[in-house]
Amino acid sequence: MAEYAVELRNVSKFFGSVAAVRNVTLGIREGEFFSLLGPSGCGKTTTLRLIAGFELPTAGEVYIGGELQGDTPPYRRPVNTVFQNYALFPHMTVYENVAFGLRMRRLPENEIRRQVHEALEMVRLSGLERRRPRELSGGQQQRVALARALVNRPRVLLLDEPLGALDQKLRRAMQLELKNLQQQVGITFIYVTHDQEEAMTMSDRIAVMDQGAILQVGTPAEIYECPASRFVADFIGETNLLEGKVVEVWDHHALVLVDGARMVCGAVPEGVRVGQRVTVAIRPERISLHAQPPGPLAIPGIVRDVVYTGADIRYMVRMADRVTVLVRSPNTGNGSTPHFLRNETVYLSWRPESARLLVA
Amino acid sequence: MKLPNKARAGNRSRRASGLLRHGLTAHGVLCYVFLYLPILVLVAFSFNASRYSGLWRGFTLQWYEALFSNAALGAALRTSLVVALASTAISTVLGTAVALGLERFAFRFRPLMDVLLYLPIIIPDIAMAVMLLLFFVLTRVPLGVGTIVVSHVAFNVSYVALVVRARLAYFDISLEEAAQDLYADEWQTFRRVTLPLLMPGILGGALLAFTLSLDDFVIAFFVSGPGATTLPLRVYSMIKLGVTPEINALSSLMLLASIGLIALSGALSRR
Ligand SMILES: Nc1ncnc2c1ncn2[C@@H]1O[C@H](COP(=O)(O)OP(=O)(O)O)[C@@H](O)[C@H]1O
Ligand SMILES: [Mg+2]
Repeated sequence: MAEYAVELRNVSKFFGSVAAVRNVTLGIREGEFFSLLGPSGCGKTTTLRLIAGFELPTAGEVYIGGELQGDTPPYRRPVNTVFQNYALFPHMTVYENVAFGLRMRRLPENEIRRQVHEALEMVRLSGLERRRPRELSGGQQQRVALARALVNRPRVLLLDEPLGALDQKLRRAMQLELKNLQQQVGITFIYVTHDQEEAMTMSDRIAVMDQGAILQVGTPAEIYECPASRFVADFIGETNLLEGKVVEVWDHHALVLVDGARMVCGAVPEGVRVGQRVTVAIRPERISLHAQPPGPLAIPGIVRDVVYTGADIRYMVRMADRVTVLVRSPNTGNGSTPHFLRNETVYLSWRPESARLLVA
Repeated sequence: MKLPNKARAGNRSRRASGLLRHGLTAHGVLCYVFLYLPILVLVAFSFNASRYSGLWRGFTLQWYEALFSNAALGAALRTSLVVALASTAISTVLGTAVALGLERFAFRFRPLMDVLLYLPIIIPDIAMAVMLLLFFVLTRVPLGVGTIVVSHVAFNVSYVALVVRARLAYFDISLEEAAQDLYADEWQTFRRVTLPLLMPGILGGALLAFTLSLDDFVIAFFVSGPGATTLPLRVYSMIKLGVTPEINALSSLMLLASIGLIALSGALSRR
């Protein structure tokens, strides 16, 4: 068995002079739920279409199951796609839509019937076989698209923002359902989304893309905890990004001067020099507030704003002259985290490892 | 009571707009009367028992009976139907292919081809007729049913292409991609997805072509040989001897057929 279900090697795609995908190298493992995450227009759909065979790379190679695809047409690739707008055939019933792939592969009619019913049961659409796509709700259409692709048992399933058109509540439910389905069928999923929360919830691994390039690949925890760049730190969850200058470096730690305040960073990449301009990234939930300085490293600040969101309380704290940081404090209700009011003086502290030093 | 100035002005303008509205309604009604009164008169007189006068002499179906027993008219109708069916079949296939070609492929002379395709719709029938006749004479093609069919194809291709293209413009390409994603090759994709979805447009175009072919007088007048007489040509030669109630009856039937075809074509292309 090949090492990767899908592998891209130095793949680029140009539309005229626009580079939609730039030099992407990526290996997606067998049975993995893999997400391509990035803002709109970053090249996610194009990457998916390069795998499906709707686009051919300008440079580089695409391998599926270890086999070089070259200019293999889509109908000879062992992948199926769930399209962004579902692309259900409007002139066919739900049954005919789901049976389409099996028909094209010339399976016997009784086998087709069995597999279509099985697939429709799997996505909980039994009984709607005779409906036309336009007689279904958005959520139901989405399931038909899923059944139509999955019934073929592809080696890899490609999904292009499949939940994009659904409302928030349905979306949440479908996220869990999709994830369960994927584990149940054991098919490799490549999932495109611009919603970082969705990617975090569902994926085994995530590739973060921007402007056609892949910035970082890792598990949701790796991406969240150890963002490799400003862009990733900012795109995944909330982050305070503070500009500063390195004044001291020792043993993977650094002292950074941020607008007059000195802070210790505990996650410093190799090669950082004294005097270098850097960004310190701190997650708002990793900062704690105190009424009295808890230690010599605590930084004083003034609460500028308090927002009660229910699960937690959000403070905007002005740390130095021009720097304001967001702090998220869990609303435990047992007094373990003190509450503060507007204009109160507070002291901020965090573990050095929570302050990541980014050079990109 | 003395109304404030503003209210009086409002009253006046309301009265004026009321007048305008009634005027417009009357104008609309008159337009329709102008368009349809002659037709109604014609239909009514096809049931009139009097042969010569414009006076109503009672209801009869005798002109319709006379019509159906007129052998020369029957032959003309057959010729018209043969021409219409043949030219419709050919121009539907060609027109659909042209529409697909122009809509789906980018090539060097596409804008020029676009313009050339719609020329037969724009240029007057008489110019088209003269050009076609000249062409047949120069190429020494004997005039007859064949030349009428070819001439009708020449303008019907444009109409079919126009109707099919209108439908293609709204065609969701991702449906074809979905078919290919589900193992359908190019031909299967065309047969199972593209063609069925275009079918209402194609049928609409075919019906339009059929109607236009049945309807054509000018071009057929030029390019038909002595042996080939279509229905409009036959009617014209009958009319030279005066308008008879048979012609009224025939016109009424043709009107009915045309309305039926147009309605069908409209229903199909809207689907
Ligand atoms: N067929 C195309 N022709 C020209 N430009 C395209 C085409 N498809 C995509 N692009 C461009 O490539 C870039 C990436 O697009 P896309 O892959 O659709 O991004 P995403 O799915 O991440 O929103 C965009 O700038 C887009 O405008
Ligand atoms: Mg996209």
